[in-house]
Amino acid sequence: MIAFGLGVVTLRSPISCAMCLVSSFICLAAVFVTLDAFFIAIVQVLVAAGAVMVLFLFIIMLLNLQAEECRRVKLGVMLGGTVVVLSFVVLLSQALESSPQFSKPIPVLMAPSQDVSMIGMTLFHSFNLPFQIVGVLLLVATVGVVLLSRRTLR
Amino acid sequence: MTTLSHYLMASGLLFSLGLAGVMLRRNILIIFMCLEMMLSAVNLSLVAFSRYGIVNGIQNYDAQVLVFFIITVAAAEVAVGLAIIVALFRSRQTTHSEDLNAMKF
Repeated sequence: MIAFGLGVVTLRSPISCAMCLVSSFICLAAVFVTLDAFFIAIVQVLVAAGAVMVLFLFIIMLLNLQAEECRRVKLGVMLGGTVVVLSFVVLLSQALESSPQFSKPIPVLMAPSQDVSMIGMTLFHSFNLPFQIVGVLLLVATVGVVLLSRRTLR
Repeated sequence: MTTLSHYLMASGLLFSLGLAGVMLRRNILIIFMCLEMMLSAVNLSLVAFSRYGIVNGIQNYDAQVLVFFIITVAAAEVAVGLAIIVALFRSRQTTHSEDLNAMKF
């Protein structure tokens, strides 16, 4: 998963990056399965890897993007970005090593095959209002996409 | 034996890779893809906390519901963002972020 993520960041052609991201999402779904989150794994494959990345690939093919031509890289910008990312990773590893409660073994789960019904109950009992709002948000997003894709936007 | 810190480190690495991609790549679409990678790293962290935070054998599923919402909102955001990028491409004929430097429509 990390290797595919590296591929997304470093590869030149946009189609290779998109395929690496699809593989990264599928590996992430496999990691979700090891965490006994079966519903989230399937939703990840269906929605994130299936719908979102297919949309990305359609747009890449529609715009007919070629591999990035190499312009002159600004060394200061590259160096600054790398420093920020490396410092974030170092800080994260320090935080994880200094707190011992993250090193406990995995606790036993009572009913691992009932996660769909449990997620459904939590979703519709405690999170019903955000669920309805997300439905409205999807409607608004669809209308916005149709509006933004018109030939003349005025 | 994988502990919670392993999953959190993997999530942090994925997030930092996405952050590096957003900061260092100059193609708008690839920046957008690395943004998606950052969101999925957060999903991994949330699911790991949901699995390891078990009280008396009963798991708290609030984090997984949040992951469900994050995936949904990320899909809506990708749709709208790609529509904006297509409209931008139609008017400027470029996807290089250094060429997109005027907010004029």
